[in-house]
Amino acid sequence: MDMKATSGKKLGLKEKYRHMTRGLDWEPSYQKKEDIYPYMAYEGIKIHDWDKWEDPFRLTMDSYWKYQAEKERKLYAIIDAYAQNNGHLNVTDARYLNAIKLFLTGISPLEYMAHRGFAHAGRAFPGAGPRVACLMQSLDEIRHAQTQIHALSNYNKHYNGFHDFSHMLQRVWYLSVPRSFFDDAVTAGPFEFMVAIGFSFEYVLTNLLFVPFVSGAAYNGDMGTMTFGFSAQSDEARHMTLGLEIIKFILEQDPDNVPIVQRWIDKWTWRGYRVLTLVGMMMDYMLPKRIMSWKEAWEVYFEQNGGALFKDLARYGIRPPKWLDQIAFDKDHISHQAWATFYQYGAASDFHTWSPTDDELDWLSKKYPDSFDKYYRPRLEHWREQAKQGKRFYNTTLPQLCQVCQIPMIFTEPGDPTKTCYREVDYLGEKFHFCSDGCKEIFENEPEKFKQAWLPVNQIYQGNCFPDGTDPTVEDFEPLAKVLEYYHVNFGRDNLDFEGSEDQKNFAAWRGMATTNE
Amino acid sequence: MSTVFIALQANEDTRPIIEAITADNPHAVVNQQPAMVKIDAEHSLVVRRQTIEELIGRDFDLQELQINLITLSGHVDETDDELTLHWNA
Repeated sequence: MDMKATSGKKLGLKEKYRHMTRGLDWEPSYQKKEDIYPYMAYEGIKIHDWDKWEDPFRLTMDSYWKYQAEKERKLYAIIDAYAQNNGHLNVTDARYLNAIKLFLTGISPLEYMAHRGFAHAGRAFPGAGPRVACLMQSLDEIRHAQTQIHALSNYNKHYNGFHDFSHMLQRVWYLSVPRSFFDDAVTAGPFEFMVAIGFSFEYVLTNLLFVPFVSGAAYNGDMGTMTFGFSAQSDEARHMTLGLEIIKFILEQDPDNVPIVQRWIDKWTWRGYRVLTLVGMMMDYMLPKRIMSWKEAWEVYFEQNGGALFKDLARYGIRPPKWLDQIAFDKDHISHQAWATFYQYGAASDFHTWSPTDDELDWLSKKYPDSFDKYYRPRLEHWREQAKQGKRFYNTTLPQLCQVCQIPMIFTEPGDPTKTCYREVDYLGEKFHFCSDGCKEIFENEPEKFKQAWLPVNQIYQGNCFPDGTDPTVEDFEPLAKVLEYYHVNFGRDNLDFEGSEDQKNFAAWRGMATTNE
Repeated sequence: MSTVFIALQANEDTRPIIEAITADNPHAVVNQQPAMVKIDAEHSLVVRRQTIEELIGRDFDLQELQINLITLSGHVDETDDELTLHWNA
């Protein structure tokens, strides 16, 4: 059917948005609203008027497809060119690739979970405005998962450790950290999910991942990661405004919502902050050419930007998230504590670790004048010395994990970086262990949820992480070898030190071929 | 006073946009970083369609910003003519 516009006048942005969102909504007549939207009441959030919702970006589906298609065209043109020209040989050095192995295994699958979560939240909300915004975000998130997997598959042709990320996500010990974070969010109600992911993660924390780290990828010659990273983050700008809008909307609807939202903000800022430890380590240790330290990025994107945000939200009765004093103190420490952990457990991971060079140690000393020389540099130098003597240190005792964030107990007491922080709670006759006051309090608020956590170390000790048919009672049984087999990690190829690895040798040989006539 | 910001990919499409933002927001500070440009401004920042159109010599839809936008902060208000970022406190 050919439709002709008769008025000759183009609709303004606001009018068009109204027609294409609320104008397409209808009131149910033969089913009750609470049957159609069954998840609206149980979290205790009270919404009186969904029409008060305002989407700040007045993007309609027709414009959405147009601009997303344009982004995809740009992205795939760059990815194709990068692959066609063996762009992988232009990265600063092959150690860098280990940062993006972590990205693929630890971060891209979260994009897929976000896709599922926003599809679910969008379905659950009775208001047309948030429903449309969640629909777009759900589509964005599956696009991010796919573009990241496509872009990184190029590395899988040449390097080890990229071969089985979805299998590993369900099993490998450190991947249970990001995985359980998102599983916690998608199993919450739709309002908590929106505060958890839409607000706390998207608004307060994702800049730290996608802005300085991706800018760092560009700095290190990785055009593939730069292009998928910035293409994803261009959607994030919309997600962040959705996150901020949902918080304002919920808080304005009813004063009873304030304490519920406050507890979610406290919980999810802490949960997200713990997950980002991984990104701190990637920035400080895994980018051969460094752009800014984790601490500097934290100050710009969390302290300054988050500070402005919480000042703005104060008029609703919202205060800044709990445990900020500890978070502020720990910015000098967590990236170093995380790297030390992965270095020690380098035999049980799917990427390589290494001893930083003198130049890198000096950079860290300069960026962390109050902590690095005193607490961390001597240990790294000692390990490097040991490695030189052929005694590269691999820790073979499995660490205790925190019941909530699932990170090994590697963090230190608030204000004392020489003392490991432990907390415990007795619940139903069982003892549960935590890395911090934050994780302990989160458990105490929802013990029935968190007592069920699938903790990789505990599962290994219970014999649940060996391939089918394994007999642990045979003589000379090597549990680590069997666990790696279960993970699909190839011993000696995907793991251990970067020095002497196949990746290191191949990269050097191929770069030599690319720059000489040999 | 709180700071808002907008970050754009550093490419040919965004050069005139950054120029327009700088012209319309004399208080803004432009930070060049690898592959991106981050513009910080105290309290508020405005992106004007007309200023961009004058620089590029063609019609410009402010939603085209979506293509090269990396991130932003502050409350967003978008009309046909302006995209404004601001904090209320």
